[in-house]
Amino acid sequence: MFGYEFYVDPSRCIGCQSCVEACEECETHRGVSMINFDYLDRYETANTAAYVCWHCEEPTCAMVCPADAIKVGEDGVVRSALKPRCIACSNCVLACPFGIPKIIPEYEQMMKCDMCYDRTSVGKRPMCATVCPSQALSYVKPEQIAKRREEPTNLFVFGNQHVKTRVHMMTPPGTDAVSIDVVDYMWEGHLGQFGR
Amino acid sequence: MARPPASAEQLLERFGPHLHNTPPGGWSDESRNPAEKLVKTHCCFCGQQCGIQLKVRENRVIGFEPWEEFPFNEGKLCPKGVKRYLQGSHPDRLLDPLLRDEKVAPDSAGFRKANWAEALQFTARRIREIQEKYGKDAVAVYGGASLTTEKSYLVGKFARLAVGTRHVDYNGRLCMVSAGVAYKLAFGVDRSPIPWSDIPKADVLFIIGSNIGDCSPITTDYVWRCRDRGGKLIIADPRLNPIARNADLFLPVRPGTDLALLMGMLHVILRDGLENRQFIEEHTTGFEALKESVQAWNPQAAAEKTGVPPDAIEKAAHWIAKAEHAIALHARGIEHQSKGVENCLAVINLVLATGHLGHEGSGCAMITGQGNGQGGREHGQKCDQLPGQRMLTDPAAREHVARVWGISPDELPQPGYTAEEIMEAIHRGEIKALLSMCFNPLVSLPDANYTREALDKLEFFGVIDFFLSETAHHADVVLAGSLQEEEEGLSCNTEGRVIHIQKAVDPPPNARTDTWILCELAKRLDRAKFFPFQTSREVLDELREASRGGHADYYGITYERVDEHMGLFWPCPSLDHPGTPHLLDGAKSFHPDGKCRFVTTEWRESGDPVDEQYPVYLTTGRVVSQYLSGTQTRRLGGLVDIYPEPLLEIHPRLAQQYGIADGDAVTLTTRRSEVTVRALVTKTIRPDTVFIPYHWPGKRSANRLTHRTLDPRSKIPEFKVSACCIKKASLSEESI
Repeated sequence: MFGYEFYVDPSRCIGCQSCVEACEECETHRGVSMINFDYLDRYETANTAAYVCWHCEEPTCAMVCPADAIKVGEDGVVRSALKPRCIACSNCVLACPFGIPKIIPEYEQMMKCDMCYDRTSVGKRPMCATVCPSQALSYVKPEQIAKRREEPTNLFVFGNQHVKTRVHMMTPPGTDAVSIDVVDYMWEGHLGQFGR
Repeated sequence: MARPPASAEQLLERFGPHLHNTPPGGWSDESRNPAEKLVKTHCCFCGQQCGIQLKVRENRVIGFEPWEEFPFNEGKLCPKGVKRYLQGSHPDRLLDPLLRDEKVAPDSAGFRKANWAEALQFTARRIREIQEKYGKDAVAVYGGASLTTEKSYLVGKFARLAVGTRHVDYNGRLCMVSAGVAYKLAFGVDRSPIPWSDIPKADVLFIIGSNIGDCSPITTDYVWRCRDRGGKLIIADPRLNPIARNADLFLPVRPGTDLALLMGMLHVILRDGLENRQFIEEHTTGFEALKESVQAWNPQAAAEKTGVPPDAIEKAAHWIAKAEHAIALHARGIEHQSKGVENCLAVINLVLATGHLGHEGSGCAMITGQGNGQGGREHGQKCDQLPGQRMLTDPAAREHVARVWGISPDELPQPGYTAEEIMEAIHRGEIKALLSMCFNPLVSLPDANYTREALDKLEFFGVIDFFLSETAHHADVVLAGSLQEEEEGLSCNTEGRVIHIQKAVDPPPNARTDTWILCELAKRLDRAKFFPFQTSREVLDELREASRGGHADYYGITYERVDEHMGLFWPCPSLDHPGTPHLLDGAKSFHPDGKCRFVTTEWRESGDPVDEQYPVYLTTGRVVSQYLSGTQTRRLGGLVDIYPEPLLEIHPRLAQQYGIADGDAVTLTTRRSEVTVRALVTKTIRPDTVFIPYHWPGKRSANRLTHRTLDPRSKIPEFKVSACCIKKASLSEESI
């Protein structure tokens, strides 16, 4: 849908898994849910995270695919592997920095979130972001997201790899990029170019 | 005789719960065909009553589509809402009336298919036989708050007019009644005074005894919007629940001590002169007595009782009192106590003392738990009420309803027992027969072993339902009724918004609508002339008249008007009335003097106090993927996958004391019984408290552990506080 963007905010997730259950209703992969859902550490906290594919501008999964089976649509959505080409080698599963692709053994195919292009192409919002009761997954216009306490970013830093994504992560105000490695925040003199 | 006619295994084998995962026709085949129609209706589960569109093809519900235009939930759904469409095609669905017959083959599990005439005639005959032998009131009727408002109305009328018993009550007795009593005392009316659209407008949101993320998930959206506007969030709960982790102030209150916390907060407000004098003077009575009642509850005393730090109590009190707009939300956490009414009154006192009522963005609200928890208690299936929220003891009310029903007021019985009291009367032999619809007391009433003993004693037990619940195992006759989507009707959501449940499909060929069943039974009880209804619309038309002039006035509510306005808030006294989203505008109450009343509260201990032998607090509640006694949701595979079995939440400090590790089997023992479940060791619960959800039957039933102490006014059981001891179970004891 024109002008709409996808935002993920784990701080608002209540762990209900409505998205997990609704995803399998999607026309392009009926009966198979593509949502990634985790309890962060149930011993310490009730925090949960539900997320979809981040739809990278330069998708690692596609870059490592030996069969050239993973395509990006004109809408910027990274599709599941093309069935006739996919050899179910799991390269994409191993390479994706976000852990998104899944090999579905019975189909011998990599499948992943396609941001419900069957819905978005006809003016509907993706299923997960429509049903999510707690704003953890949202498909809205940027001006609506600007009312939130958090701010969106779509730059992720994994060591040397900087990944720009179509889907945004909600972060504390003033966060330019999401880095997950302490090294990214360190000063290592002339040795490293890891800092921001 | 009402013992189950077959073994638990045989009953399970035939009637489930079996897990159902796929839409009719399968994921990849028939269900891919386009829907013939999208029916705009509502979820059949909790009190949020979310709008949803059901996809219908060939008289079957094959899927759903979010309904984004419906203003309350704007398309949002919890997992129960997402999967609710699968219940219609469920293999466990009861398709025919059943009669107990212990001689049938074992795979029939003690029930044989009957024809309708036989089943109805048998039911009516047994009711009359027992009444002739033991008196009219030896028969009781149970209703439920998942029924539409029309059906709830019919249950009350059927019990009093067709059966002719005093004893009719419903499973909402386990839900909202403490709040209902408190709101009636303080405001003269039983409804949340504000629509949910007010929640984001509050500067301070105080949520006490409500696990919103699990129990009313859609409300989360309103809470987050409040925070985005800069609103502060205060949460009081023994558990750091999914919402509480984002709270600006978390008050980890010890189970059963909410009243001390609230009185402590009131103490601080009055001590520091933060009360709203002008509001108190203009809109309230009883303030002087309130002052005296909270005198002793200084923050130190409140902290001792509640386990909440004194400075946190002060801070909470100050934030609320100094806010321009504040809203207090509460639910079963404070209501499921033997002082449930006091707890709700104390919340109201807090709101009144600080003047947070009668203007947008301020007020208090109870969060309804059951689907039609609000509408289901407004029109006469509650033991003490008549339609329109009228009191059964009020001569004018009796006169009005008797006139609408075409009887003399003397023919109306006086109030009877409440739900748990009915079970106790069965246990002691005073009530001999029970007709139950939409209620699974064996799982949902406290002290389940006692409930089972009572059910075993029934001389006749009839059930109207669409799945065979664990309670229905005890039935003599089961009348296969209708699902929510098989019969049109009204429901009232948590805000007081009356909504329209659309009929999406017909019941299966040999099941019947609940309305038809009640009317046919009435006919066989020789009361046909009072039950001439062919459709829900005809029931609604009578209900509109019966409620007219009452507090819950539905006279101006029709299906067409509800559709046009996306819901109408009652009271709605005329066909051109816009409805009443803000019930107490200008803080004007429904009492004759228009004033809101401070009602003082007094501390008392729980009915099941902890001691040396039972040193740990047990509290029970829900998980997001299950609903009430699980009769419906334990059959839906996707929901069971999310949370397959009840887990004991226990803090590492307590777990360590007993040598319990995550995943260990643990036996909990209370003064009633014991249950063995697996441990979930987590820091999100107080170390003096353990939690288990209550949705399961049998050996995993949390309600085997709970006790039958009732709030003296609301008669709600004290589910939220029991005393227990725990021990690590050896493998041989493991019966999970």
